[in-house]
Amino acid sequence: MIAFWVLAPIMVVSAIAMVMARKAVHCALLLAVIMISLAVLYAVQNAPFLFAVQIVVYTGAVLMLFLFVLMLVGVDSSDSLVETLRGQRVTAVVLGLLFGLLVVVAISQATLGSVVGLADASEQAGGNVKGIAALLFSRYVFAFEVTSALLITAALGAMVLAHRERLTPKPTQRDMVTQRMHDYATSGIHPGALPGPGSFARHNSVDTPALLPDGTVSELSISRVMRARGTVRDVSRDRAGEREIETESRQIEEGNT
Amino acid sequence: MSLLYLIVAIPAASAAVLLLGGRLADRWGHLLGAIAPIASFVVGLVAFVQLANGTDEALTQRLFSWIDVGSFHVDFALLFDPLSAVFVLLITGVGSLIHIYSIGYMDHDERRRRFFGYLNLFVAAMLTLVLADDYLAVFLGWEGVGLASYLLIGFWQHKVSAAVAAKKAFVVNRVGDVGMALAIMLMFTTFGSTSFEGVSAGMDQATSGTATALGLLLLLAACGKSAQVPLQSWLLDAMEGPTPVSALIHAATMVTAGVYLVTRSNFIYDQTEVAQTAVVIVGLVTLLWGAVIGCAKDDIKKVLAASTMSQIGYMMLAAGIGPAGYAFAIFHLLTHGFFKANMFLGAGSVMHGMNDEIDMRRYGALRGAMPVTFATFAVGYLAIIGFPGFSGFWSKDKIIEAAFGENLLIGVGALVGAGITAFYMTRLMLMTFISERRWTKEAHPHESSLVMTVPLIVLGALSLLGGVLLFNGWIVDWLEPVVGPEEHAELPIPATMITILVFLVVLVGAAVAFVLYGRDKVASNAPARVSPFTKAARADLYGDALNEVALMRPGQYLTSSLVYADNRGVDGAVNGLAAFVGGTSGSVRRWQSGFVRSYALSMLGGSALLLLAVVAVKLA
Amino acid sequence: MSTTPFLVLSAMLFGVGAVGVLVRRNAIVVFMCVELMLNAANLAFVTFSRQHGNFDGQIAAFFVMVVAAAEVVVGLAIIMTIFRTRRSASVDDASLLKY
Repeated sequence: MIAFWVLAPIMVVSAIAMVMARKAVHCALLLAVIMISLAVLYAVQNAPFLFAVQIVVYTGAVLMLFLFVLMLVGVDSSDSLVETLRGQRVTAVVLGLLFGLLVVVAISQATLGSVVGLADASEQAGGNVKGIAALLFSRYVFAFEVTSALLITAALGAMVLAHRERLTPKPTQRDMVTQRMHDYATSGIHPGALPGPGSFARHNSVDTPALLPDGTVSELSISRVMRARGTVRDVSRDRAGEREIETESRQIEEGNT
Repeated sequence: MSLLYLIVAIPAASAAVLLLGGRLADRWGHLLGAIAPIASFVVGLVAFVQLANGTDEALTQRLFSWIDVGSFHVDFALLFDPLSAVFVLLITGVGSLIHIYSIGYMDHDERRRRFFGYLNLFVAAMLTLVLADDYLAVFLGWEGVGLASYLLIGFWQHKVSAAVAAKKAFVVNRVGDVGMALAIMLMFTTFGSTSFEGVSAGMDQATSGTATALGLLLLLAACGKSAQVPLQSWLLDAMEGPTPVSALIHAATMVTAGVYLVTRSNFIYDQTEVAQTAVVIVGLVTLLWGAVIGCAKDDIKKVLAASTMSQIGYMMLAAGIGPAGYAFAIFHLLTHGFFKANMFLGAGSVMHGMNDEIDMRRYGALRGAMPVTFATFAVGYLAIIGFPGFSGFWSKDKIIEAAFGENLLIGVGALVGAGITAFYMTRLMLMTFISERRWTKEAHPHESSLVMTVPLIVLGALSLLGGVLLFNGWIVDWLEPVVGPEEHAELPIPATMITILVFLVVLVGAAVAFVLYGRDKVASNAPARVSPFTKAARADLYGDALNEVALMRPGQYLTSSLVYADNRGVDGAVNGLAAFVGGTSGSVRRWQSGFVRSYALSMLGGSALLLLAVVAVKLA
Repeated sequence: MSTTPFLVLSAMLFGVGAVGVLVRRNAIVVFMCVELMLNAANLAFVTFSRQHGNFDGQIAAFFVMVVAAAEVVVGLAIIMTIFRTRRSASVDDASLLKY
């Protein structure tokens, strides 16, 4: 009981936060919190097998898949929180509240009777897992077999969808060289390696752009992902500070002389 | 097995070969086309001899069951009775001559094979018409000859006037055909049969109203096909077709189909005084109408066409008189078939020699250049005006006599018609063959080839001798099984007096023409300053204008107002409904925004609504 | 203990998940919200399993998990494919199928 009252607020808050979080990764992490809490609630309700499955399947597999796809896809797509469909958000919240309220009213009105509990059933079957297994391979065996077909189909489908057919032969090193020289000849793109990130006395990090000889920032040295995330370090202040230090040291030198 | 069917089958097969054979048949097509009606004629002659020597009233041959629906049976059967026999011989005999003539006349035409195909088609249809023993089969032939007439009038379809004339003939004939169709439907509903036998048997019990309705409807049909007032307007325009066509279809055979129909339906007309009177009036009006038009025309073929109209008026008049006139109607039909075909072919011969010039004011003094044509034409001329001894004399005289027997007024009308006929035919003769030459230098009038003159000579001989059919009252006796015994009405004046009177009137008519056209020079161009009567006659007595004012204009107004009502009313309602639905969909489809989230929102809304309903029901 | 609090919690999580589906535009986050809704339903299953004293509810929850796993695999593959061609993971951008 304590577990429920501790976890329930956490779950609700996490759920709301998940809906409102700006970054997809945060959503995934909050979802993980909810799912682990759910697993605990399963355990509390005499469902140890589901507890394990929830942890393994959801938190382990599904969420990892989510994060994996996020890494593949979601980096560039910054989710703007400005609503484009007129009235969508307000209507959604109102309807969601109405729906939840109605369900709660329905549940509170229902006469559920006393709780039977699973102690007897587990004892009879020789444990929770054995009980589930007995049911799964007798009454639900057909559904179970169909599910296996579904899983295989899903795996195949995902492979087909994600597979990209190579339509042209893979370029060799010679091809790439030719292409680079061609690009240089036609559009002046430098054939050499891109400039590395800037290194500064206080920093040696990829978030610092390299400076060109005239002091401007080399755009080529900034990672595309860093720019999309907006985490590129602003170096103008560093340069100002550098100049200050220069003047100070010069004054000191002049004072010394 | 009787060979009767061959009469129709031979020309029909020949037409099929000629029309479907294509260019393969170009070289020998005209020969096949000419042989077909001759073969039919031979078969017809054999049948005729068989009929004349046998004891049967008619030869019949049942070919096949045509329609067999419920209680309605129509057999396709051929009936070769005395009436059909004379028609078969006229059609195939005159038809053969005209076919032979056409070989020469159409010699220079690239589409001669097609022409012969159409002619054969016509002959087959016309023979179907006269050999059928059922009104429905008559109707088949009736439409067949209408089609052939349309195709042949418009044979030179590159000429706009020919195409228009063909269309006009077709459309005017449709009016008559509606009458025929309605008559057949009426027969079916009243008697349950459309065969001559069945209708004839049923007429005894029929009410006079039915008889009158049938008579008037059949008269309408006859008017359309025979160019009788008020459906006369197409015949003069039909002269746009090649001259052999005018001779065969629009003089000798097809236009007499109306007379055939009335005579064949004698069992109907004998029951109804009203319809008979209507036939007589139509005949009288048309004979005068055509004669008056004939006086004013300068186009040689149009004069002959007007004359045809007038002569068929005589036949209708005779047929309308009843048993006293049927035989003479057919007799005049035969003699007219001879002399009018003769004159039409003569006119064709003249045109052939004159570079297709048709204006009589450009002819004159052609008797020297074309002696054979002149001689045969003169025989036809004497026959049509009723010069004693010639075929037309015997037939027309009998009709006028019968007209006097019917009614003095009608008799006088027929008499006057004879005088006018003499006038315009004399005028034609004088302007074409006698008076001074008025042709231009380009014209080199010459006699036509033998293939054209021989038919002329044969027809000329028939025109001269056609009267022998009346010898000893043969034609009357011959037709008696079909039309019943001849009745002799009380004549107000003795028959001999009538004959002399007719001759005198004819002489007066011819003399007037001689005075007007024989002595003075004939103007090369038609005088413009003429009396209103001449103007009216030149304009076909305003028949077209009348049709235009009475039928065409109101029809056009009706159509345009219906089109307006259709566009605005019917279409407006339909289009308005469509626009309403379209507009509504246009605004409703905006809901289909393509945004998954709004769809999901409506799903959640729906679920909430359902849940609300469940909770509300449970709590209530 | 009574099962009602569990069910109320399940309803709340479900509602929050539904609102998330409607409000968020990033397809992956929408997917996560769908998962949240599924899990809320699972909680209800497990709770009812205890309520009635048999394992059928737990089996149902188990099947839901299996199906959800399959769905996630295919769904994420689809998202990847769309992203690959359209350079966007926003559900609003894929709105061509409309009037």
